[in-house]
Amino acid sequence: MVELNSKIPDGPIEDKWHSHLEHARLVGPRNRPTYDVIVVGTGLAGASAASSLAAQGYNVHVFIYHDTPRRAHSIAAQGGINACKNYREDGDSTYRLFYDTQKGGDFRSREANVYRLAQTSTQIIDQCVAQGVPFAREYGGMLANRSFGGVLVERTFYCRGQTGQQLLLGAYQALQKEIELGKVKMYTRSEMLDLVMVDGRARGIVYRDMVDGSIKSIAGEAVVLATGGYGAVYFNSTNAINSNGTAIWRAHKRGAAFANPSFVQIHPTCIPVSGDHQSKLTLMSESLRNDGRVWVPRTPKDTRNPADIPEEERYYYLEERYPTFGNLVPRDVASRAAKVVCDDGLGVGSTGYSVYMDFRDAIESKGRDTIAEKYGNLFDMYSEITGESPYDQPFRIYPAVHYCMGGLWVDYNLQTTIPGLYAIGEANFSDHGANRLGASSLMQCLADGYFILPQTIGDGLQPLYRDKVDTTHPAFARTEAEVRDRIQRVMSIKGDSTPLSIHKRLGKVIWNNCGMSRNAEDLASALDQVDQLKKEFWENVNIPGTDGDVNQTLERALRLVDFLEIGELMCRDALMRDESCGCHFREDHVADDGEVQRNDEDFSHVAAWEWTGEDSVSERHEEQLSYEVMQPATRSYK
Amino acid sequence: MIKQEPDNGQPTPDTVSLTIRAWRQARGEDHGHFEVYEVGNVPVDASFLEMLDILNEDLVSRGRDPIAFESDCREGICGTCGIVVDGLPHGPGHCTTCQLQIRDFEDGATITIEPFATGAFPVIKDLMVDRSALDRIIQAGGYVTVHSGPKPDPNSIPIEHDVVEDALDASACIGCGACVAACPNGSSSLFTSAKIGHLGLLPQGQPEREDRVRKMVEAMDEEGFGSCRNYAECQASCPKEISIKYIGRMNADYIKATISGGDRRGDMHAT
Ligand SMILES: Cc1cc2nc3c(=O)[nH]c(=O)nc-3n(C[C@H](O)[C@H](O)[C@H](O)COP(=O)(O)OP(=O)(O)OC[C@H]3O[C@@H](n4cnc5c(N)ncnc54)[C@H](O)[C@@H]3O)c2cc1C
Ligand code: FES
Repeated sequence: MVELNSKIPDGPIEDKWHSHLEHARLVGPRNRPTYDVIVVGTGLAGASAASSLAAQGYNVHVFIYHDTPRRAHSIAAQGGINACKNYREDGDSTYRLFYDTQKGGDFRSREANVYRLAQTSTQIIDQCVAQGVPFAREYGGMLANRSFGGVLVERTFYCRGQTGQQLLLGAYQALQKEIELGKVKMYTRSEMLDLVMVDGRARGIVYRDMVDGSIKSIAGEAVVLATGGYGAVYFNSTNAINSNGTAIWRAHKRGAAFANPSFVQIHPTCIPVSGDHQSKLTLMSESLRNDGRVWVPRTPKDTRNPADIPEEERYYYLEERYPTFGNLVPRDVASRAAKVVCDDGLGVGSTGYSVYMDFRDAIESKGRDTIAEKYGNLFDMYSEITGESPYDQPFRIYPAVHYCMGGLWVDYNLQTTIPGLYAIGEANFSDHGANRLGASSLMQCLADGYFILPQTIGDGLQPLYRDKVDTTHPAFARTEAEVRDRIQRVMSIKGDSTPLSIHKRLGKVIWNNCGMSRNAEDLASALDQVDQLKKEFWENVNIPGTDGDVNQTLERALRLVDFLEIGELMCRDALMRDESCGCHFREDHVADDGEVQRNDEDFSHVAAWEWTGEDSVSERHEEQLSYEVMQPATRSYK
Repeated sequence: MIKQEPDNGQPTPDTVSLTIRAWRQARGEDHGHFEVYEVGNVPVDASFLEMLDILNEDLVSRGRDPIAFESDCREGICGTCGIVVDGLPHGPGHCTTCQLQIRDFEDGATITIEPFATGAFPVIKDLMVDRSALDRIIQAGGYVTVHSGPKPDPNSIPIEHDVVEDALDASACIGCGACVAACPNGSSSLFTSAKIGHLGLLPQGQPEREDRVRKMVEAMDEEGFGSCRNYAECQASCPKEISIKYIGRMNADYIKATISGGDRRGDMHAT
């Protein structure tokens, strides 16, 4: 049975991290080269961790399914990264960032982890600037800031609308340098398909060479998963189309507990779905809500040109319902509010499922040039896709799946329930509770990768100094054989469903039942529907070509096998969490004002699921959350 | 134009039919050839790659090998996609292949699609090529050497607003390789100069500036990219509109670096 020991250090919250480091076991610089560390993924989390570990002297082996580390999905992050520098003297502090994140997550994350994140945040900015990340500057040469949802300070650092790209290039370049120095061996187009366990420890991975189809394995003293989120289970999401949950799911099936799988963020400002052909949804950065005003017409089915609708007939529903935070309420609140006005018939566009985000007033007061400099590339992106210019008419937006707060359970050292297996970045569950605040993922990924994991991993590695295994251990051949067998099974079905069509249907089931609003009956029916899709897959999928070659249909199918199981666990988790909190809106737990109603007495815990075998239902464990610094309160943004 | 949104009993969107002449090549070492496909009922709201998804889905459902092509973010930022469409890298329009929209093509058009193949980008399969040579150019010096650890406060080194914006113009490069595919000489000068420009403009990039330009320019030659002959096709095909002024900067830096002497980094390493 899994044991959930969070290993939170004793002492006052401000001192936990530093005293933890002072007492951790270390690996000395001379010994580091004798350890092989496997890192899967080169998003912000993986690239920063791999380059930092290599610079410390470890031998690092890095795996990605992309053709180069610079393509990881982190590249697409637009809006910015948080840090409590308090450059604006507007009341920011470590405590304030901690407070905002805890409250934003609706009190479902670990205080100690969140506090450490806030403490580390300022170092990230220093590190990135030193690498040459061109953060926006004011005319006096100082760093500029903007504001994101759920906070009352300006603490977000940005590079136009391409912050993720610039941060990732910084980490990618650091990684390239270590490759040149021979400290990192890079395996591109190599997809991890399983975790190798020896005597209860993670000792390596099995991967598929996506060019020649061969199945290989590699051994190491630690495996770090930095493989991002599993939001593409919904098919339509803002994730890159190859994003998937295979690495963490395979680790889960080898014994790593999966925490809060149903906590998925639906982002309020995305370009609405236009048809069934659609392969992904495009996010419009939340930073737009700094200047864009969200509204719908007060009259249902008002088809007038938005510019012709007079002020008094516009319903600025966020500003009216949440006067303190207005357009900058947190994402879960903004998304649900959009759904509510559309369900009430006030939505716009031909489906009635979109709302306006209007820059008319901002352009009038700040000038077109200022707005263009701040958001130019987002405006361009929108008009390329929709053929409409947001300078002349409001954006039309609707919520879409965006981010997974859930992920592999990790302790304070970022180690999963499998010794030697670590999870960082979006792949873990640690810091965002039931809802993540904008610009906080980039912060967490880089905190994990540059500053936390490199300092905690030594403690687990040190005892392994003379205890190594290599790929001649029978566990490697056995795991490889299991992977080959899985591939053969999928290849040999030769039915007539395509993986794409099954994935699209899975996405709809999860979106309709485990999306913005949930109830027990729908979730139970979703479990049946997912089961049907699983059957259809295993009886009727068809993969053309061979497995000894580039085969993109096979790649999709192997990821889908895992999405089907992840989708099932998400519904099960949502069903068992009989309360509303953050993103998890249970229709049977609504407060009088229509907001979520938490049940702290019964659900102040992390739900961590244990895989118990193909034919049995996963087991749910609880890690009780303790609130030493901040007592849970009703989360109000009014 | 009013967008139609299906799934709600709305009329289905307008569609077009297209003829696709696609480059097929099972493996790098094989000979490739064109094959012609008809694809009907493509919604005008679809993107160009979604049109290829529709075509591939049809091939897969008939048990045939789909056309291999790469993409990931599908919003113009990751640089994964890259197809020569009707002779132009990324096709008509100043955007990436994934940002091309079907509404920009005529109903009934024949469209030819080929890989970004040049000497330094060997074909892997169909429209997929190996662009790892670009990574090796960055490995040669496209970074600032820093460890993860305490650093000075960024505001202690003010940087002019316009300088940062200029650096960001250069570092907006997505590494797609269109510049190389467009160049009659197969040169990667725009790619390389963009990184040199980005880091060379910032105070943080100064200590390694000469070393960087020398090593990166040498790496370009070693990887088999052609030299720059000022055709400027690279700038015209760059989806991020990166200017060839950075090539001028790189050349000036290179001359300075070669005059000022050799690499003394090795001197620091203890044996
Ligand atoms: C459009 C968009 C905009 C966003 N904007 C912001 C923002 O402004 N601010 C913010 O804080 N957050 C933002 N986010 C969220 C944030 O970008 C992500 O949460 C974050 O980048 C995730 O980084 P990561 O390092 O965990 O993983 P990723 O960047 O997703 O990287 C995953 C890596 O794992 C590899 N990988 C995965 N599985 C395997 C496998 N089986 N085998 C081998 N390799 C594998 C991939 O190749 C890749 O390298 C945004 C997200 C989206 C979608
Ligand atoms: S798929 Fe990312 S740029 Fe086209």
